[in-house]
Amino acid sequence: MEREMIPQNQFEPVIVAFCCHYCAYAAADLAGVMRLQYPTNIRIIKLPCSGTIDVLHILKAFELGADGVYVAGCLEGGCHFIEGNIRAKRRVEDAKAILDAIGLGSERLEMFFMSSSEGVRFAEVAKEMTEKIKELGPSPVRR
Amino acid sequence: MIVAEQKPLEEIRKMVEPYDRVLILGCGTCVAVCFAGGDKEVGVLAASLRLADKISGREQLFSEHTVERQCEWEFLDGIEEKVKNVDAILSLGCGVGVQAVSEQFPDIPVLPGLNTLFMGMPVEEGIWAERCAGCGNCILDKTGGICPIARCPKGLVNGPCGGYRDGKCEVDPTRDCAWVLIYERLKKMRRLDELYALQPLKDYFKMGHPRSITL
Repeated sequence: MEREMIPQNQFEPVIVAFCCHYCAYAAADLAGVMRLQYPTNIRIIKLPCSGTIDVLHILKAFELGADGVYVAGCLEGGCHFIEGNIRAKRRVEDAKAILDAIGLGSERLEMFFMSSSEGVRFAEVAKEMTEKIKELGPSPVRR
Repeated sequence: MIVAEQKPLEEIRKMVEPYDRVLILGCGTCVAVCFAGGDKEVGVLAASLRLADKISGREQLFSEHTVERQCEWEFLDGIEEKVKNVDAILSLGCGVGVQAVSEQFPDIPVLPGLNTLFMGMPVEEGIWAERCAGCGNCILDKTGGICPIARCPKGLVNGPCGGYRDGKCEVDPTRDCAWVLIYERLKKMRRLDELYALQPLKDYFKMGHPRSITL
């Protein structure tokens, strides 16, 4: 993840997307099959369920230089493991509180819900997050 | 088990500010169960402090280690190597653990990363409640296994008081009145007549500090 310093106007963020195997990861696959274009800034990490995400994974991503992180799980009520996505949502909220406390800003972290049939939604989320992080600028951890 | 919660990050940062090399020492027993000071919490705190340092430009070295129990010498004997080159130890143990670590390593400042709260249990997912006040004179046999010292804000031994409403406590209406719980439990066991017996004045001398026992 280490890169040379890039001028602000050419800033291309690195965004880590923790994606659930049963929904967001399949949606990413579908986005590919549908030949949808989405920013190349997204680095996908596949999870067996979004509920396996830990605050530590999120913080480590930021520590290693990610400009933004998001967790994508199944639609609420649609988790393969019943409530993994709800647990993930709570952990993302905990991590957001830490990011605010240390001055990194909670807006660099988000949680999204989608189903495996939502390839278009996956591409939209990737674009939305990339634009948001571009606006926020590089992570102060890398400065 | 002993229940504790982590101090606010800002307070912890102020405590560790004067030191360049800090060992964050977790405890794998009570405080690990209540998600305050176990291996995972050590990792999260270390990552948070490193991130905060990177943002503020301060350079500190945070090492991580967790022992099975901070409150026993045997478990602290093995960490001498870990504390050799540190300026301070940030203990994520309860107050007992912090004191044991500082007694074991008297030359190194030991900082408390947690606020120790009470003796209790997880009553449901994510909720821990106080169950024992350590009064030194247990009367649970007479109160249907429900402790009025720990669970009644007034610690009444001959309750309830006149303030309860609809089975809830007047001090905190979201909480069940301990004495109503006791009444219901004894009623279920057909032991209500036992409540006629007046409990003698409680000997609070046994709650005085510091306490110790010798076998």
